[in-house]
Amino acid sequence: MAILTLTINGEHVSGKDDESLLAIAQQHGIRIPTLCHLDGLSDVGACRLCLVEIEGSPKLFPACTTRPQEGMAVSTDTERLRRYRRIIIEFLASEGNHQCAVCVVNNHCELQNLSYETRLTHVSVPYLYPKKELDASHENFIIDRNRCILCTRCVRVCHEVEGAHTWDIAGRGIACEIISDLNQPWGTSESCTSCGKCVLVCPTGALIEKGEAVAEMEKKTDFLRYIVNARRKREWVNVDSDEE
Amino acid sequence: MTVEELREVAEKETARQAEYRHRITCCSAAGCASCGGTAVHDALAKAIKARNLEKEVELAGTGCMGLCGEGPLVRIAGDGTLYQRVDAAVAERIIEEHIAQGKKVEENLVDTSDPFFSSQVKIVLENCGSTDSEKIDDYIAAGGYEALAKAVTEMQPAEVVEEVRKSGLRGRGGAGYPTGLKWGIVRKAQGEQKYVVCNADEGDPGAFMDRSVLEGDPHRVLEGMAIGGYATGASQGFIYVRAEYPLAIERLRLAIKQAERAGLLGNRIFDSQFNFRIDIRIGAGAFVCGEETALIRSIEGKRGRPRPRPPYPSEKGLWGAPTLINNVETFANIAPIIRKGSGWFAAIGTPKSAGTKVFALAGKIRNTGLIEVPMGIPLRRIIFDIGGGTPEGTTFKAAQTGGPSGGCIPAESLDLPVDYESLATVGSIMGSGGLIVMDSTSNMVDVAKYFMDFCVDESCGKCVPCRVGTVHIHGLLEKISEGRGTTDDLALLEELCQMVKDTSLCGLGQSAPNPVLSTLRFFRHEYTELLHAPEGYVPAGTANEKSTTQ
Repeated sequence: MAILTLTINGEHVSGKDDESLLAIAQQHGIRIPTLCHLDGLSDVGACRLCLVEIEGSPKLFPACTTRPQEGMAVSTDTERLRRYRRIIIEFLASEGNHQCAVCVVNNHCELQNLSYETRLTHVSVPYLYPKKELDASHENFIIDRNRCILCTRCVRVCHEVEGAHTWDIAGRGIACEIISDLNQPWGTSESCTSCGKCVLVCPTGALIEKGEAVAEMEKKTDFLRYIVNARRKREWVNVDSDEE
Repeated sequence: MTVEELREVAEKETARQAEYRHRITCCSAAGCASCGGTAVHDALAKAIKARNLEKEVELAGTGCMGLCGEGPLVRIAGDGTLYQRVDAAVAERIIEEHIAQGKKVEENLVDTSDPFFSSQVKIVLENCGSTDSEKIDDYIAAGGYEALAKAVTEMQPAEVVEEVRKSGLRGRGGAGYPTGLKWGIVRKAQGEQKYVVCNADEGDPGAFMDRSVLEGDPHRVLEGMAIGGYATGASQGFIYVRAEYPLAIERLRLAIKQAERAGLLGNRIFDSQFNFRIDIRIGAGAFVCGEETALIRSIEGKRGRPRPRPPYPSEKGLWGAPTLINNVETFANIAPIIRKGSGWFAAIGTPKSAGTKVFALAGKIRNTGLIEVPMGIPLRRIIFDIGGGTPEGTTFKAAQTGGPSGGCIPAESLDLPVDYESLATVGSIMGSGGLIVMDSTSNMVDVAKYFMDFCVDESCGKCVPCRVGTVHIHGLLEKISEGRGTTDDLALLEELCQMVKDTSLCGLGQSAPNPVLSTLRFFRHEYTELLHAPEGYVPAGTANEKSTTQ
C-alpha cells in the first residue's frame, strides 16, 4: 500500500492506492453525488452519477471504481458533469412512476434529494409510464417496482451481507426488474430471512415496511457500517479478512 | 503426436488426395446450406456413385467460398471452375458433362477473373473453399498445426509473443488493440492458472465473418488458441460461441474431438511439457456478452453484465485469473504468422494496420458475401470492384461499418483507405467486419432508428444512460421519422446522444449513439427535412434570419 498525492478540483489531497477516488474525496469533504454506491457494499459503477473528469483523458471515470494515481488531476463538478448528472436523474424520473407526494419515503428519498441537488426543474424527456407490479405478499415488507431505480443495493446487501441472495435481476434493458427467488412472490420466498436489510438500503420507496403512511418512513443505512466494520475487525465471526 | 507424425499425416493425406482425378468441393457453410447446399452435396454424391466414379472423384464439403448471394456454390478444384446457383439438376450435369465429358456447364459458370476474386488476399480464409471442414487430416495436409509444432518445439513463449508483436496484428473484434501487447501483458501477469478465451459471440446485424471461419476452418482457430496458450502460459481455453450458430458449434465440437484424439490438444502436446484443453461455452442470445467483461461473467455462470475496467481481463479475468481474450479472426491469423514469419505478415496492409480484414458484404450491393482484403484498400475498390456496385438504377449513398457501434461513410469518403485510423477520422470504426451498403433508396433516419432499436433491445440494463437513454433516443428518432419532430427534438436528440456516449459503462452503451451521430454528421438534411414546424413557429435565436427570408 502506498500513499499518493493528487488534486481534486485543484485542491491537493492524499489517499491510499487501494482506495477509490470517491473515498478519497469523501475523506476530504468533497461531495460527489452517488446513488448505487453504499459504504459497506461492493461497487458496481452502474448509476454513473459519480462520474468525474481526469485531466489528460477525454473519458469520464466513475469515482467509485477508479483508483488514484500519483499526480492525477480530478475534477468533480464541471459544467458538463452537472449537466450529465441532471440528465441521469431525468432518466430515472422518466423511467419509473415516481409520485413523491403520495410516497412513503417523501422527504427522506435519495432520488428526491438528488433531484434537488442537481436542480432538476422539469423532465425534458417523455415519461415512460411503465406497467410495474407491486408485491405485498411478504408479512412485513412491500416491494413497489414502480419506484425502483435498479441500483441493485438490495441485491448486493442480500448476497454480500446477509448471504441469502433472495434478490436478483430479471430481464434486460428497460425491462429489467428486481425479483425474489426465481420470480416467486416475496412472501413465498424460501431464501428470504426477513432481515429487512434490503428495505433499509433502498434509496427510494421501492422497498418499504408495511404500516407506514406517506412521508413516514426514514431509511437508515448506518447499520451496514457497524456490520462491515465488526466483520473486518473479527468482532464476532471470522470473515475472510487479512487485517487484525 | 510428434512433429514427424504430423508430417506423416500430411504426406499420407496429400498422397490420398492425389489418387483422385478430380476433387469437387461443395460449400457446406450456413450461407449455402440455407439455400439448398446440402441437397446439392447429396445430388453430387449420388451422381458420382451412379457413374461408379467414386475412385476417381472426391467430394468434399468445405467452408465459405465468398459469393454467398449466388449460392449454392460448387468448385472443381483441378481447373478452378466455380459454379453458382447449383441445384440437384445442375449437380447432375456437372458430373455428367464436366467430369465425364470435360465440357463445362456454361449456364452456371462464375467468371473467376472478376475483380471479386482477383482483388482479394486470403490469409484467414485461405482454406475456406478448399479443405474439408470436417476432416483434420485435410487441414494438416494444408499446413495445419505446423505453426503449433514450430511454436512448441522450436520457440520460447516470449519469442512467440515477440513474433506476434512484430507482425503488427491488431485485434479483429473491432477496437484494434495490438495483439502482441495483449499477449505480453497476460504472459507477464502473475497467476498459477491462466485462461485463453476466444470471443465467438458475433452479434452485429449483417455480420457473419466469424461464423464462416468457425464453420469452414475450425482447426485454424483451435491452433491459434493453443499457440496463445503456449505463449501466455495458459492450460485451458474456452470458446464462447453464440447459440444461434448451431453448425459452427457442431463443427467446433468435432474439431476439438479430432484434435484431442490426434494429441494436438490435451496433455504433453508434441511431447513437450505444454498441456492445453479447449471447451465450448454457448451463449444465451445476449449481444452484450460479446463485451469481454460480460462474456467472462457469462462463462463463470453469472448474469452477463459488463463491469468497469480496469482491471482488464489480461490481469483479472475469468475467475480472477489473467485471461487472454481475442476474437475468432485474430486467432485465425496466428498460425500463418508463426508459420510464415512476422515479416511476411507485416508487409501486407499498411504500416499501422497490418494484414488483411474479412468483411461481410451486405445490403444494397450486387455481390453479397464474404471477402478478405488487405488493410488500407480504398473503400471504393471494395464496393465497386469487389462488390460490383449498387443494384441497377441506384447510386451509392453510404457504407455502414461496425454495425450498431459504428458509423456510416458517405460517398465523398469513398477513397478512404480501410484501416483502423482512417475509419476513425470519419466517425466510424473498423468493427468486427460487417459492411452494409446503402443506396439512394435508403433513408438514413430509418437506418439510425433501426440500429437504435437494436441497442434498446440489447442493452443489459445495468447502467442508467444506456438502459433509459437508448429508449428516449429511439423515441425521438421515431417522432422525427414520423414527421412529428421539431427543431427542439433534434437538439435534444444530439444532447442525449452525446450524453449516452460519454457516460455509459461499457462499449455497447458508449457506441450506441454512433449510428445517429454519424448519420447526423453526413446526412443532417434528411433529419431536418422531416422536422415539423408548428404554424408561426420560429426557432429560438434565428428570428431575424427567418423574417428576412420569408
